[in-house]
Amino acid sequence: MSADVELDHVTIRFGEFTAVSDANLRIEDGEFFSFLGPSGCGKTTILRSVSGFLDPTEGEVRIGGKNMWGIGPNKRPTALIFQNLALFPLMSVADNIAFGLEVRGVSKFERRKRADELLNLIALSDQGDKLVSALSGGQRQRVAIARALAVEPEVLLLDEPLSALDLKLRQHMRSELRAIQRRVGITFIYITHDQGEALTMSDRVAVMSAGIVQQIGDGATIYNNPRTAFVASFVGENNPFYGRVSKADGEFAVIDSQFGPLRGRNDQGLSTGDNAIMFVRPEALSLMNGEAKDENVIESVVVNEEFEGHFVKIYLKGEGAKNIGLSVTNDGSVPRPEAGQTARVGFDATRAMALPVGEMADE
Amino acid sequence: MSEFIGIFLAVLLAILIAPHAQKHADRIWAAVTRINFVQRNGVFISTYLIVAVVTWTVVMIILPQLYMVDFSFRFNLLPADIGGPKDTYTLEQYRYLLFGRAGDEDAMNWLHLQVFGRTILVSVLVTLFDFAICYPIAYYMAQVAKGGQARLLVLCLILPFWVNEILRAFAFKILFGTGGVTNVVLIWLGILDEPFDFLKADVGLYAGLSYAYILLMIFPLFNAIESLDHNQVEAARDLGAPWWRIHFRVVMPHAKPGIASGCTMVFMLCAGALAAPQILGGPSSLWFTQIIYQWFNTGGNWPRGSAYAFVLLLVCIVFVMAVMRIFKVRFGEIAK
Amino acid sequence: MSSKTVMKLMVGFYVFLFFAYLFGPLLMMGASAFNVSSFPQVAPWEGFTFQWFGALVDNSAMVEGIVNSLWIGLGVICLSVPISLAAALMMTQIYQRLQPIYYVIVVSPVLMPGVILGISTLVFWDKLGVLANAEYESIFYNGMFLTVVGQSTFISAYCMLIFLARLQRFDRTQEEAALDLGATHTQVFWKILIPFLRPAVFSAAVLAFLTSFENYNTTVFTIQAESTLTTVLSGQIRLGTKPDVSALAVIIIAITLVGASVHEVLRRREMAREEAAREAAKRAEAAADLALTAKPIAAA
Repeated sequence: MSADVELDHVTIRFGEFTAVSDANLRIEDGEFFSFLGPSGCGKTTILRSVSGFLDPTEGEVRIGGKNMWGIGPNKRPTALIFQNLALFPLMSVADNIAFGLEVRGVSKFERRKRADELLNLIALSDQGDKLVSALSGGQRQRVAIARALAVEPEVLLLDEPLSALDLKLRQHMRSELRAIQRRVGITFIYITHDQGEALTMSDRVAVMSAGIVQQIGDGATIYNNPRTAFVASFVGENNPFYGRVSKADGEFAVIDSQFGPLRGRNDQGLSTGDNAIMFVRPEALSLMNGEAKDENVIESVVVNEEFEGHFVKIYLKGEGAKNIGLSVTNDGSVPRPEAGQTARVGFDATRAMALPVGEMADE
Repeated sequence: MSEFIGIFLAVLLAILIAPHAQKHADRIWAAVTRINFVQRNGVFISTYLIVAVVTWTVVMIILPQLYMVDFSFRFNLLPADIGGPKDTYTLEQYRYLLFGRAGDEDAMNWLHLQVFGRTILVSVLVTLFDFAICYPIAYYMAQVAKGGQARLLVLCLILPFWVNEILRAFAFKILFGTGGVTNVVLIWLGILDEPFDFLKADVGLYAGLSYAYILLMIFPLFNAIESLDHNQVEAARDLGAPWWRIHFRVVMPHAKPGIASGCTMVFMLCAGALAAPQILGGPSSLWFTQIIYQWFNTGGNWPRGSAYAFVLLLVCIVFVMAVMRIFKVRFGEIAK
Repeated sequence: MSSKTVMKLMVGFYVFLFFAYLFGPLLMMGASAFNVSSFPQVAPWEGFTFQWFGALVDNSAMVEGIVNSLWIGLGVICLSVPISLAAALMMTQIYQRLQPIYYVIVVSPVLMPGVILGISTLVFWDKLGVLANAEYESIFYNGMFLTVVGQSTFISAYCMLIFLARLQRFDRTQEEAALDLGATHTQVFWKILIPFLRPAVFSAAVLAFLTSFENYNTTVFTIQAESTLTTVLSGQIRLGTKPDVSALAVIIIAITLVGASVHEVLRRREMAREEAAREAAKRAEAAADLALTAKPIAAA
């Protein structure tokens, strides 16, 4: 069984502080949905309101169409995987997995059978009688997943469950989690501050900042068509150019930046005179060696160069203390400038995005 | 009488409220389960927590203390007169501690005041003495001794204190009695010609009191000094500080909460001691708690005993506050 | 001899003196239990005997006192362990602003002379008895009951400190995890919290019993017509003594020594077990590293 989750204009306040403000979204049945944002953006608060540890101040949380207000975490069809996993250290692995069944009064025999099935699923068949403290980090991770799945939740909630693992294991667990989700077919709601995790695993991602859901969409949409300055600066790398809009139509806008007029897409309907930022991704910028181009040309001094193997990262002096980054494919097609030289770079207007000035993600 | 009215009103109130409450039981129940505390713990556990904590704090701690104070401001009446017209508030019991019976030759109740003063003074001296002998040991165990050795020392320290207070006092009675080991040794050494009654001279009492509460001095000190990083001592020594300066400027300031805690406990237990004075005190010497005991036992004047007990409690409170002020520590640090 | 060696010798001598002070009186008392002399003393030594241990059994007042003390100790465990557990749990949940007041109230019995706790309990319950118009045989005037209540007043505070120390290491997300998996609050309490606190419950019970068993100051006021080991002892010692009291002390010291040794052995074993678990986790970590790429869950 699986269920959809709806947040209907959910606002959550703690005293004066607004942790979540007017979150309004619908997570489809069987979807892998992520909340992505820096720490303190309210994503964990949303998760806790879905799992039932707190109720929204305003609005409704609905699971499978049913309003969950006042229903405790033990009565909701959700299971949560905690950031620190919260395995029970005094119980064996099998007892941990079967705990949810135990408290529901399932017989000992049934419990053991189900625990064995799940141990098999997480490839820990012969470890059921061990104490949790005798397992490795990755194994504990899997036990936590099995324990949550044992209660056959309609929605599985994951609160940065990979953050305690080392890099290699984290990468590995991503594919495992995705595979498990496909197998069990229930709704996954995943909380993370790691955009790599969010973009690779999820069907859709909600980017959050300061309690506000900034944008919802699949990975490509979030990356290619950011709707706010925050999303543009938080997801992936981006070069911002500040300025005032000098010309705008339904499709494109021109911004008068320090480097001259820059033209890019105007999806957010900016009009002349607005303060705006033109975002250009490093891979959208290309070196121009003498060739003529009538717009979107930036001339600046090369500050630094980083060799990454299949591409090279070049940094030009930008506005103030910031650098402009561009990545150049390492195919030898273009001669690379050296530090101290002046370089000309350009970009295509369709690959730049003009957005209203707003909160930026911290570097 | 007033109590009867109180109970009557309470019963009346209960009778009035009960049917009303029954009618709205479900709504009241819903309201109860909305309370944050109840939501967090569930109804069963919440009930247990509240009942247990209220029983302890209110019925066992606060009300008895308050009632003892109330009681100390009353006359010693026959049961029949309690609640009657004679049952009024009075300072009589406190007046007695200061001035004695009206019509006595002395203006003041010198006997009791003297005992009171001596109890406080000796308790302070015992506290200081215990601090002086325990500090070096605590420092040695915490900073000098190695792991296993320190554990063994701690164990050795605890062992004598599982022997109860009365037996410990009894041991001192054997030690200091006229036929006791102390006399035998001193005579053998030629220091004494004939057995000396140490108990009559209260030497036994002072030694016994100092002995009885050593553990409560040494453990807070040990815990506090143990948390000091030994490198700080090394650094101070490296900078050329003499050993006594290291202790006064580095170790003791760090161990301040431990010192405060140890001194408070020893003083309080010493001033409130009853067994040691009863067993080790000479026939004529009294401890303040013994007078209190007499009022409750042979004296048969409970209000007066309560008044004396309240005075003792006040002294202890004043002492705790003074220690908090002098050492600039919080209450929580003392009571660990 | 260098000054360092002198210093070391002096420190050693001081430590020796200190422990001589601690154990000397007890050793003397212990020795007097085996002296034939009918007065508890070591010198003159009149010969070795076990007769005082026999005399102890015949001392019916003492035996009765011990039995009463055991019952009171059990009563104190039953009252103060649940109370102190609740008080410790309450400490973690009470309003931030109320917390200091609450702390002062619950810890104050520790800093209050025992005689005062005894007196206040006595007069308070006496008053309650009068209010309830209770008979003299009723619970309000029952020395055993009052002693349990009076002792629990401060013993609960000791036990609470034990629980607080243990609770500080409790990971609250464990409770949340259990709730999330469908446990009721009561189930969380019994299946998660109590198992975690079990060592503390045990320590608290032992401490409560031992403290109760040796308490005198509070007991002497609340016990009234009944007797406990300590009140009997105190009475007998004041009236002049026989070495059977020393014999009792020897028995108590022996029990203490055995208890302390058992405790130490158990502690060592516990530490060894934890060490083994840590080792196993480390091995699993290493093995998992090897197997990482070879064993995707999805294939299972």
